[in-house]
Amino acid sequence: MFPSRKTSEMRVVVDLNRCQGYAQCCYAAPESFELRGAEILVYDPAPSAEHRGRIERAAQSCPVRAITVQADEPAAGAGR
Amino acid sequence: MTSARIPRADEDARVVVVGASLAGLRGAESLRLAGHRGPLTIVGDEPHLPYDRPPLSKHVIAGEMAPDATTLPHRLDLDAAWRLGAGAAGLDRQARTIVLLDGERLPYDRLLIATGARARPWHDEAEGTLEGVFTLRGRDDAAALRAALAAAPKRVLIVGGGFIGCEVASVCRDLGLPVTLVDPLPAPLAKVLGLAVSGFLRDWIAAAGVEVRSNTGLRSLDGRDGRVVGATLDDGSTIAADVVVVALGAVPNTGWLEGSGLALESGALVCDGHARVRAQDDGLHPEIRAAGDVALWPHPLYDGRMVRLEHWGNAVAQGEYAGRALALGDGDRPAFAGMPEFWSNQFGVTIKLAGLTEGADSLAVVQGSLKDKRFLAVYGRAGRTVAALSVDCARWLPAYAEAIAAKAPFPPIANALDQPSRLGTLDPSWPTPPPEVSARG
Repeated sequence: MFPSRKTSEMRVVVDLNRCQGYAQCCYAAPESFELRGAEILVYDPAPSAEHRGRIERAAQSCPVRAITVQADEPAAGAGR
Repeated sequence: MTSARIPRADEDARVVVVGASLAGLRGAESLRLAGHRGPLTIVGDEPHLPYDRPPLSKHVIAGEMAPDATTLPHRLDLDAAWRLGAGAAGLDRQARTIVLLDGERLPYDRLLIATGARARPWHDEAEGTLEGVFTLRGRDDAAALRAALAAAPKRVLIVGGGFIGCEVASVCRDLGLPVTLVDPLPAPLAKVLGLAVSGFLRDWIAAAGVEVRSNTGLRSLDGRDGRVVGATLDDGSTIAADVVVVALGAVPNTGWLEGSGLALESGALVCDGHARVRAQDDGLHPEIRAAGDVALWPHPLYDGRMVRLEHWGNAVAQGEYAGRALALGDGDRPAFAGMPEFWSNQFGVTIKLAGLTEGADSLAVVQGSLKDKRFLAVYGRAGRTVAALSVDCARWLPAYAEAIAAKAPFPPIANALDQPSRLGTLDPSWPTPPPEVSARG
């Protein structure tokens, strides 16, 4: 279960068009990425900040550069 | 068309993005990454920041991902003013102003329209609003459907055998729920993939325990005391179900543009190849671009055929293209030519399609075999490679996508490692009526 996390967490999205199931992210951050069957990548889009190092390694180890990470929670600012 | 070009945006040019969507977010990011520092306002009709839709019909309704976990990462600090929960009500293109539902007026110098699409509702409003009847498009839809599936319904009825319908059916089986899928075509996904392939998919779907009722429409959704209790098929037979998921595709969100003078076709915003929107009477509006599910545009890879693509990857690529053009101007920027691509996870496999299958007259299985549930098939049209379908063969797909982009002959690659020694060519076998634009339904 990837739970709801509302504050000061990371955000992750994987381009699953690009993903080819090399599963390097699953080795780098096994609590956040999981391969099911041959090619179904399931991942936590809002991982806890305590996993930050592993998540960033996962993004760097992806052979097809499919993983986008934001270190802080997006915020709806007022702009200007 | 020189007159339709815009120069680099002035430093203080006001940019408004209508649609707090994937396409809107990526467009706004690209605008900033291209160096535009002027005021940026992003308008969304939902109260949520842009979120990712693909997990909704999979992990969210399965209960393994919280709906609000889908909020998308931002690639940089957008320094934007967000107007969330206040959709656009109208566009005054002469005054260059967006009017919001709450009456606020937002003047713009440059505008990106990325309002996406909404689930096509059941045609009978009284039936479609019975308790227990769902559509699935937004995050709140997914949360509501998740709650209904968690309440252990006796049977789930899925109306429509497109990708969303099949993904929901797959989740229902994973949850151990009895599920019936009703579709007017001879096999699920037949409109996009053709019967030669989808006939096999039908067998897998049935083997997973889905009751597949093909070749039939629905006469009615039936209710009692305001709650759905089932449906009546065309032949008068009935199916008892306490949850019904209407999965009949999506329609563009352009109601707010009626009366604006912009050209709409079947509800989609008509654009040129540079994502510039077209007016009904006076040509192009280069200061207004559109991206994602809302846009209808000529695809250069397919002889300029007008396409509307409901694809995640298209929302990203076209959003980025439009954002860059609004910030940097047109210059000699070539027309947008993003490869149509999408994926689906269902019944234990990953299905990926590159290109457009519409009008294909031949099909070759070039890797693996249909029987093994692991293959790569290529679609050809008039001797040219137009699409490639991967089922758990994703590592082969980029080579075939390159062939599609290069307009290579069909089949594009022969005598490759692991290919069958002779490539047989099949008829893709399109169901009647013939497929429309082969966007993901």
